[in-house]
Amino acid sequence: MQAEHIEIVDFLRQHQPFTSLSDEVLQQVAVQISIAYFKAGQQILEFGAEINDWYVIRSGAVEVFRRNGELYNRLSEGGFFAEFGLLRNKRVRFPVYALEDTLVYMIPEPLFTELFDNNEEFADQVEVEDRTRLRQAVARREDANELMTARIETLVSREPVLLPASATAREAAIRMTEEGVSSLLVVTTSDDQPMAASRLVGIVTDRDIRDRLVTPGLPFDTPVTDIMTAELTKVEHNQFVFEAILLMLRYNVHHLPVIKQGLPLGVIALADVIRYESQNSLFVVRSIFNAQTVEELTALASDVRACFSRLVAEDANSRMIGGSMAVIGRSFKQRLLEMAEEKFGPPPVPYCFLALGSMAREEQLIVTDQDNALILDNRFDPQLHDEYFSNLATFVCDALDACGYTYCKGKVMATNRQWRQPLKVWEQYFSEWIERPSPEFLLNSAIFFDLEGVWGETHWSEMLNDLIRRKARSNSRFLACMARAALMRTPPLGFFKGFVMETDGKHTNSINMKRRGTAPLADLIRVHALAVGSAAHNSFERLQDIIEAGILPPGNGPDLRDALELIAMVRIRHQALDLQSGIEPDNNIEPENLSDFERKNLKDAFQILSNAQKFLKFRYQPGRAV
Amino acid sequence: MFYLPRSQLQNESSLSTEDLSAVDWPARFRELAASARHPALQQYYQAGVPAGSTAMADVPMVALDFETTGLDPQQGGIVSIGLVPLTLARISCAGAAHWIVRPRARLSHESIVVHGITHSDIAAAPDISKVLDDLLAQLAGRVVVAHHRSIERRFLNNALLTRLGEGIEFPVIDTMALAYRFRHEPGFWQRLRGRKPDSVRLADCRRRYHLPFYRPHHAQTDALACAELLQAQIAHHFSPQTPVSDLWC
Repeated sequence: MQAEHIEIVDFLRQHQPFTSLSDEVLQQVAVQISIAYFKAGQQILEFGAEINDWYVIRSGAVEVFRRNGELYNRLSEGGFFAEFGLLRNKRVRFPVYALEDTLVYMIPEPLFTELFDNNEEFADQVEVEDRTRLRQAVARREDANELMTARIETLVSREPVLLPASATAREAAIRMTEEGVSSLLVVTTSDDQPMAASRLVGIVTDRDIRDRLVTPGLPFDTPVTDIMTAELTKVEHNQFVFEAILLMLRYNVHHLPVIKQGLPLGVIALADVIRYESQNSLFVVRSIFNAQTVEELTALASDVRACFSRLVAEDANSRMIGGSMAVIGRSFKQRLLEMAEEKFGPPPVPYCFLALGSMAREEQLIVTDQDNALILDNRFDPQLHDEYFSNLATFVCDALDACGYTYCKGKVMATNRQWRQPLKVWEQYFSEWIERPSPEFLLNSAIFFDLEGVWGETHWSEMLNDLIRRKARSNSRFLACMARAALMRTPPLGFFKGFVMETDGKHTNSINMKRRGTAPLADLIRVHALAVGSAAHNSFERLQDIIEAGILPPGNGPDLRDALELIAMVRIRHQALDLQSGIEPDNNIEPENLSDFERKNLKDAFQILSNAQKFLKFRYQPGRAV
Repeated sequence: MFYLPRSQLQNESSLSTEDLSAVDWPARFRELAASARHPALQQYYQAGVPAGSTAMADVPMVALDFETTGLDPQQGGIVSIGLVPLTLARISCAGAAHWIVRPRARLSHESIVVHGITHSDIAAAPDISKVLDDLLAQLAGRVVVAHHRSIERRFLNNALLTRLGEGIEFPVIDTMALAYRFRHEPGFWQRLRGRKPDSVRLADCRRRYHLPFYRPHHAQTDALACAELLQAQIAHHFSPQTPVSDLWC
């Protein structure tokens, strides 16, 4: 008399988290299941009641509430509940009501615990600590790509070849030939210490000998210090390979000295990292700088998209993708400004072209509008000079639009006179915004407080960033305003059947992953970053500073990092999918296009964001000391 | 369960020849316990049944379903038995059971098509008398729940009569009879327009209470389907305090 629970086993087999279990285990589960029916509106679990079962919805739908009556979740077929209470004190923590006529399967606690303890995948998917599941989801992705996990030192194949600063260019060339290398590290030495312990002052490459010695026709005994690059871009040995790639892209250099404990460990060359990234973003950047006309630049838009798709296919993380896209965006601007200066002549007074928003944060994706501005020299005279800068701005903004960076809807562009002002006016703007924040400014706060100089007097942007850092940190009223602005966009509660579920229980058909996910996260992180005086632009780097400053409740920092990575990657992957299927990509995602895995983890990530917003509101109240 | 042709389903009263609604079941069981000869039947009756006034919330039940070789218990036989114990609060798969048994009647081609149990399946199966002790032990003390009670009641009675020389009597909560009680009768105009009364087939009844579709004609699954249907019917039309005598017959 073997009972045959065909329908139950079939159902379990098709639903997470049971999909990872073998048929034998499923049979054993089915044999122990109890079943109950609840009419719509009937209470299934009462707060505080003793429970001995874990609940899986066979058909129908339920609503789970917090103790305070707030809707916590809405679940349909295949959804499960009661694990919170079950794994704690066997008391119901979240009351549950049947939203529709509902049939539930109940799995007795000893069996649930056994499955939970013995099946890692099952436990991952049920995990009561939502964030643990998210952490594992993010970590599993990261493992998938060497770029994300490989440290720079693994690329260093030999000791650095060092050259004393007293050497001549000819000695440098001989040394390179002898050692068979394309670069030398130039160091200052004293007699009483070994050369390896000496101070690094520059790098000289074979290209320097060609471009800076032979081409200008300098004598061979020119000191090597005259032809070397002294402003060194260096990396630490324990940084990730993708960070080295970003640096190379950003500074357009092909050799990076690697430093360990302050001493040179070696040099990595472009060729070393190319095998890690199929050269795409590097290739695109090079094409941008080689383009001679706006038309040639415009034609590169498809290469940018292809590069984005390939990065996604290669399992790059959001930091790498956002960074690469930002470098590409910046390169477009730089090349366009070069062209503009050829077209309109040299600038009458110095200026700095600013990138704002996601590009400044290095979190740019392919669906992006242009946010930019101009800082002009304080000697700027509108009568004499504005025509030039107006033309320059129009040229650049029009060309950017043609290259796929659409005009900013809020008109935050250098073509707008308000955002084309001398440095002293910008200083007044920021002082005013920080000291007397107005509702109008709050609309722009998300854009202007992420700024970076991309061309010209880029140190002016640093001056503005310093001013912001200095003034914002101690101004609790300003921080409270920023916090309020950061709370204007909220995440949805999760998913229910084919819909996005909002906190008020309503449904929408799609979710804007930027407006409801990455943007509120970036806003929230910016407020904390301003409060701790972080100089970083990128949200992940800001988060690191925030974590180190210790202002978040324990564990919240890493949770936020995982949430940001997950939401950003879902957004990125869906844009890549759109590109693949020939659809114009956007930031909207329809729940039916999400995998079960993405839905569950996204829901966790939204929950983390929602909790972090509550903390933000609590922490930054006007008049409260920070 | 074996589905009856639609024509036979239209008039329930013609099927339930026995009117047992007035029976005092606990008293009847005491009589039968004294008169039964077979020890398994004696034990079954001795276990008794709840008093008719017992609230549904406190009634132990067992959903029962047979697959048979045909519709007529005089000529047909049982080929499989599925059962699952339940209370109003929960249906317990842990107590579920399923047997394939060898009928004395020939397997008809039509019935094989319905329940999928073949000649070779039953060739190796025991006669129902071999599983009777187990079956009656599972039923003991519980009120039987079935969809279309006359099948389960008459086929079991007949199987026992032919093998033991004595039959069996028991109260049944019939989910099909309940479906008749609550089905939506079309009004005059609707009838005129060809609207038929709601079907009382198990799958159709379940759908009205938003229960999931189960593939029919497997005794174990049908018993489960019937148990779930009863829970739904009680949730919608009765209360946990309703006395069992309102439902059984």
